[in-house]
Amino acid sequence: MQLFIDQVLNGVNIGVIYASVALALVLIYRTTGLLNFAQGELALFSTFITWWFAVEQDVPIWGALLISFVLSFIGGALIERILIRPVEGAHSPLNVVIVTLGMFLAVNALAQLIFIKPGQEALQMPDLFPSGDLAFGIRKSTVGFAVVLIVECVVLWLLLQKTKLGLALRGVASNPESSRLVGINTGNMLMVGWALAAGIGAIAGSLAATRGSGFDSSLMQQILVYSFAAAALGGFDSPLGAVVGGLVVGIADSLTIQYVDALDGIELVVPFVLILVVLLVRPNGLFGRTIVERV
Amino acid sequence: MSTTPMLRLERVTGGYGPVTVLHGLDLEVAEGEVAVILGANGAGKTTTLRAICGILDKVHGDVFFDGSAITKRSTQAIARSGIALVPQGRGTFGDLSVDDNLRLGAMTRKDKGIAADLDRWYDVFPRLSERRSQAAGSMSGGEQQMLAIARALMSRPRLLLLDEPSLGLAPLITKDLFERLGEINRTEGLTMLVVEQNASLALAIANRGYVLETGNIVASGPAASLAADEGVRKAYLGF
Amino acid sequence: MTDTTMNTEAAIGTPDPSGTTGISWLRVVVGVVLAVVALWLPFNYNPDTNTLFAQVFYLAIAAMGLNLLTGFNGQVSIGHGAFFGVGAFTTAILTVEQGWPIEATIPVAAVLAAVVGVVVGFPALRVKGLYLALITLGLAVLFPRVTGKIVKGPGGVALLQPSRNEVSSYWPDLLEDDQYRYFVCLAIMVLLFWAASNLMRSRAGRAMIAVRDQEVAASTVGVNVAGVKIASFALSAAYAGVAGSLSVMVDRVADATNPLIYFQRSIEFLIAVVIGGAATISGPLLGAAFLVFVRKRFEDTEALAPALLGGSLMVIIYVLPDGLIGGYRRLVARFRRPGPSAPDRSPEPPRPPTPVADQTPA
Repeated sequence: MQLFIDQVLNGVNIGVIYASVALALVLIYRTTGLLNFAQGELALFSTFITWWFAVEQDVPIWGALLISFVLSFIGGALIERILIRPVEGAHSPLNVVIVTLGMFLAVNALAQLIFIKPGQEALQMPDLFPSGDLAFGIRKSTVGFAVVLIVECVVLWLLLQKTKLGLALRGVASNPESSRLVGINTGNMLMVGWALAAGIGAIAGSLAATRGSGFDSSLMQQILVYSFAAAALGGFDSPLGAVVGGLVVGIADSLTIQYVDALDGIELVVPFVLILVVLLVRPNGLFGRTIVERV
Repeated sequence: MSTTPMLRLERVTGGYGPVTVLHGLDLEVAEGEVAVILGANGAGKTTTLRAICGILDKVHGDVFFDGSAITKRSTQAIARSGIALVPQGRGTFGDLSVDDNLRLGAMTRKDKGIAADLDRWYDVFPRLSERRSQAAGSMSGGEQQMLAIARALMSRPRLLLLDEPSLGLAPLITKDLFERLGEINRTEGLTMLVVEQNASLALAIANRGYVLETGNIVASGPAASLAADEGVRKAYLGF
Repeated sequence: MTDTTMNTEAAIGTPDPSGTTGISWLRVVVGVVLAVVALWLPFNYNPDTNTLFAQVFYLAIAAMGLNLLTGFNGQVSIGHGAFFGVGAFTTAILTVEQGWPIEATIPVAAVLAAVVGVVVGFPALRVKGLYLALITLGLAVLFPRVTGKIVKGPGGVALLQPSRNEVSSYWPDLLEDDQYRYFVCLAIMVLLFWAASNLMRSRAGRAMIAVRDQEVAASTVGVNVAGVKIASFALSAAYAGVAGSLSVMVDRVADATNPLIYFQRSIEFLIAVVIGGAATISGPLLGAAFLVFVRKRFEDTEALAPALLGGSLMVIIYVLPDGLIGGYRRLVARFRRPGPSAPDRSPEPPRPPTPVADQTPA
């Protein structure tokens, strides 16, 4: 039983990261209708920024994370404005795939060129939370991760539900033309959507980098697949769905590794099958609002 | 008219992609009046309103609002300058609550009177008040039409454009709706441009009427005389 | 998809105007020159450079496969690396473990890849656009892991390396190994490009394009939309499978140790298609040449090549949305020369990718 509980807790730990990245994917999907295949790599770049400030500049880790969040926020807005705006609304999935995959390659490579010295292997991210157990075998980091996710959700909820900006963001996601008719500058809202997504990605990547014994430029690639599964499960346009989906996928993955020997080494089958089944059987996921297909 | 009209369209042409719908339209709406555009399906009524709001891609000619040209402005800038459109099909934010819809209507305002206005329109449209937290898309067509109008009014517009407000509504509800619109015009002095197929109802509250056919104005004049003109009635209005 | 639509119009929509003697005469000259250059090349470059040429050819085949599906049929796939991998491992297993001659494995690789393509094609009937891209992305990421579970080479890892004599030339006196591989890849590429070119001018090819541009309309005029889509997937996967098979011959390795290698392959094919020009015949070859050149030119600095390739992928959407071939066509059209669209019509090898040769140490 303890083993089972351990695995569930472990799943929550990684699930928080899937949930955060899925949240970022959902924010972009809701505002621009795009699946951002480069989301993971943008988060990777942000993670390197956190690391650079924390390790190379000796900024306290939480300060470094804050700086990274702000820079990522700005960067996300610029990326939307410069790179994404031209392919929005063209309804050409090929163009979206091309631009986001191009970004995937380029951002990953740039991160390596800028931050990794030749011959350097894994980088060490300072811990955000103290190591060791809190109680009952619950790691302090798991509690810390969960708190971060809860804070993210609460802040996002307050922003979306209680502010005028949030109202405008929800308006654009719901009906872009009517949003323009009530005087909302929809272009600015799309920038805000990308900025928020990039900021959340910075947090997710930095958390992910503290798991395990160091990180390199492949940190986010597997996480992205799981996060897409989480977002698909939640319905692509539901922030709540992304969070629930992330935790479900994390726990399912953790239990699979422990109990299903046949999938040893190919745990990725789980999110892949999940994506496939959700898209085929229930395209609007568990919490989604619209039909997924937009061709 | 001796004074400058609030809205003036001069030789406006426009359409969708390769199809031109409007062929050099001239039209005026004076401050405080209700003008109505009548015409059959496909005459270009909706397109005219979309041209005014800047939703149409290629518009040639000039649209003046309060004497300044707004033809090249973006939709949101036109909305901010005081023109509110109640689009055909209502254009509600279907998955947002009634309350959110109305607050979105007040997006451009910075004054303190938003809460007071909310209460006021909830008084005028009590059905909406009962459904404040309900998703707009789950309401009936008539309720959504009320919501769309209330949302437009929340922006305190200087000019209200209404695109076929009677569409899909039961006759009694339509009649009630037009009475309320007439009342709002009288009490607020709100200028309106209404596109409508139901000519008799619309002309009843209007000061001025235009008859549109295949992108051209074919008849215009004071509402009363249009309604009285046997030839116009037979040829275009069908009553 | 408006960009590619325009392309296709120019590529295959108009009937061949080569009835006029001047144009066909010029085309023959261009074809002969290209053929001579292609035959001359491998005897004048070192083995390393010839290997690069062979890589261009097999990448071009895979890119053509993706082009058939994405460019002409409008289905976006990021999973072609997996089909490529199926071909590569089929050939490697049959050669290394079963002792087949490597050439004999190519048809088997094509068939197996096509079968996998059909399996993927079925969900593609219901899931489209970006969601299809997402599913195929999963396929590419999953492939090396599943393969690693099934295939264990020497040392217990999913890596199969045919020995030198398993991929060697049959006529050592006439052709060196590298020259032999060059010609095998070249011949198969010419054959498959010729087949693709003919297909896209046939009734079946028009059905593929019709499904891309007007799916509903196509079904109302009697096109079997589901059949066309699945057949496109199968054919496209078969091309990628052949390319994977040839890659084992050229590079002497089928590798599933790096979990992202086939995803990266998928992106490479996409780069070749997009930079060369989607929905054109010669675009994939130009794109493949560009790709191999950039990779070779910047091989000393890891990550510089992917940075450049990713960057060019983004830039090309804004600068040359229809790729190099599309840009070339517009340039020709601007000068109003009813000129030879030679690179498109001729499945012969194009201009040799000279920059590659220039940059390669002799």
